Amino acid sequence: MSEKKATREAYGEALAEFGGQYDIIVLDADLSKSTKTDTFKKKYPERFINCGIAEGNMMAVAAGIASTGKIVFASTFAMFAAGRAFEQIRNSIAYPGLNVKIGATHAGISIGEDGASHQSVEDISLMRTIPNMVVISPADAFESRGAVLAAIKHNGPVYLRFGRLAVPYINDSSYKFELGKGVTLREGSDITIIATGLMVKQALDAGEVLAGEGINARVINIHTIKPIDKEIIIKVARETGAIVTAEEHSIYGGLGSAVAEVISENCPVKMKRVGINDKFGKSGKPLPLLEEYGLTAENIAVNARKLLNK
Amino acid sequence: MNNKELMLTAYKVRRHVLDAVHSAGSGHPGGSLSICEILSLLYFEEMKNLDTQNPGNPERDRFVLSKGHCSPALYGVLAEKGFFPKSNIMKFRQIDGILQGHPSLKDVPGVDMSTGSLGQGISTACGMALSAKLDNKDYRVYCVMGDGETEEGQVWEATMFAAHYKLDNLCAILDYNGLQIDGNIADVMSPIPLDEKFRAFNWNVIYVDAHDFDSLRDGFAKARACKGKPSILIAKSIKGKGVSFMENQAGWHGSAPNDEQYAQAISEIDAVIKELGGNI
Ligand SMILES: Cc1ncc(C[n+]2csc(CCOP(=O)(O)OP(=O)(O)O)c2C)c(N)n1
Ligand SMILES: [Mg+2]
Repeated sequence: MSEKKATREAYGEALAEFGGQYDIIVLDADLSKSTKTDTFKKKYPERFINCGIAEGNMMAVAAGIASTGKIVFASTFAMFAAGRAFEQIRNSIAYPGLNVKIGATHAGISIGEDGASHQSVEDISLMRTIPNMVVISPADAFESRGAVLAAIKHNGPVYLRFGRLAVPYINDSSYKFELGKGVTLREGSDITIIATGLMVKQALDAGEVLAGEGINARVINIHTIKPIDKEIIIKVARETGAIVTAEEHSIYGGLGSAVAEVISENCPVKMKRVGINDKFGKSGKPLPLLEEYGLTAENIAVNARKLLNK
Repeated sequence: MNNKELMLTAYKVRRHVLDAVHSAGSGHPGGSLSICEILSLLYFEEMKNLDTQNPGNPERDRFVLSKGHCSPALYGVLAEKGFFPKSNIMKFRQIDGILQGHPSLKDVPGVDMSTGSLGQGISTACGMALSAKLDNKDYRVYCVMGDGETEEGQVWEATMFAAHYKLDNLCAILDYNGLQIDGNIADVMSPIPLDEKFRAFNWNVIYVDAHDFDSLRDGFAKARACKGKPSILIAKSIKGKGVSFMENQAGWHGSAPNDEQYAQAISEIDAVIKELGGNI
């Protein structure tokens, strides 16, 4: 399928779609056109609150609104949500276990030209360390829609990670999102590629490349990074004996770390992590940047071959 | 430089802004165009001990662009000053260029602080000014902030800090253009009245016209003369200044002109440059 859509776009549409059925309040911090919460704002202006350029305040306001029984979505760029407002999220949202959904857009280096100051590659790690926090990183538009609905239905804080870049569909309209469940997208017995976000498509492409070389790679999409699907990870470790992880995030603390934690305690197998290797990003067009930082199908395949000594 | 030469510089900077965002296909023209006179006066008259051969000269006055998204204006003035070749402008925001989307201290000669996350630059400027006091040095620190930026609570933490430590070597300039991304500052999240807030925080408040060199010059002189407290120039400006269709339009905050719009914008800027006797 050649059709593409940015996950932030799907996020805005999902808010507008479910805003009729559910009494949700949407907050933004002067970025509604970019985060796409303006799609919701146009339909339900009375339930949209612009908080101005004040992310720390926005998160704690969200906590206050949620404490009165409402479901709140608070949106800004991932850098200013998980980054700037980390402690407000931890102490005012997660500690009291409040029903705030953080819609963090423009995550990763694929935000592109804005450069390192805006490229959040630490947010999964930060959010994953907070007790009570659910962390979701959807791979395409259909998964994003499902993730928004699951976040609405889940009682408690959720961090939703969306991207700026239009990404190809890997699912279709029949897709059922199951919180906390990894999805097997390709069967294989030689090695497993576990990916999240826009790297899922790259993992699938790597699977194709490897198949051409006689390597059968299983491909797993982990959209819910916390709570992580331990069962599927232990299963693929047992059955395939080698794992490559792939994420548009630092190799410290993200999906790769989460997978390593599970397998090292349960079923240690050889592993490699594809991600941002302890570096800041920089300005550039998204695709060449992803290439330069090794976030490609080709680099996943290279790492898979290395693990299998091929 | 006389006012005419300064104006010529400001319009050359405007040209760099347009070249930068057009060649990149992204970036922030509106707030860049509103600070061209401010930056030209700072870099070509007000700031002392700048040395393009030694950008790190410890005695130099410092500049922090707290509203880092307006990097095209800063890069334009740094290029005019000679900190790096002008050819870099056409590589703005590109993977093989040095000019990052937001100012980067370690990548760009002449940049004194990395910024881009609003509200933090003014705090870093406080740190520089405090350090000058600790070392008994007499360099000054200048910091341009956005009016929307003042919605960040950190701005007021910095404001309190600067007054508490009597940082009279700190001069903030507020680009009072009345617009942020989602619309008028008064509609999105009003920080108004800003002058009274800064005065209540014990700052010396000076009103200037952001596009008038005499007014700006007078403002900087008043700031320098004020002892015992930090100063802020509240600089009434026009977002998108110099390009008719960009002026006072929130929509031009963060979008690049297409080829046709670029040609139109450049022709307006070049007309002024010609009128001022400059060559293009
Ligand atoms: C902490 C933070 N939040 C959000 C943004 C995104 N952002 C970039 S510019 C901008 C609006 C700034 O408005 P203003 O300060 O008035 O700047 P100007 O009008 O001078 O361009 C926003 C919200 C950011 N860069 N940093
Ligand atoms: Mg403004």
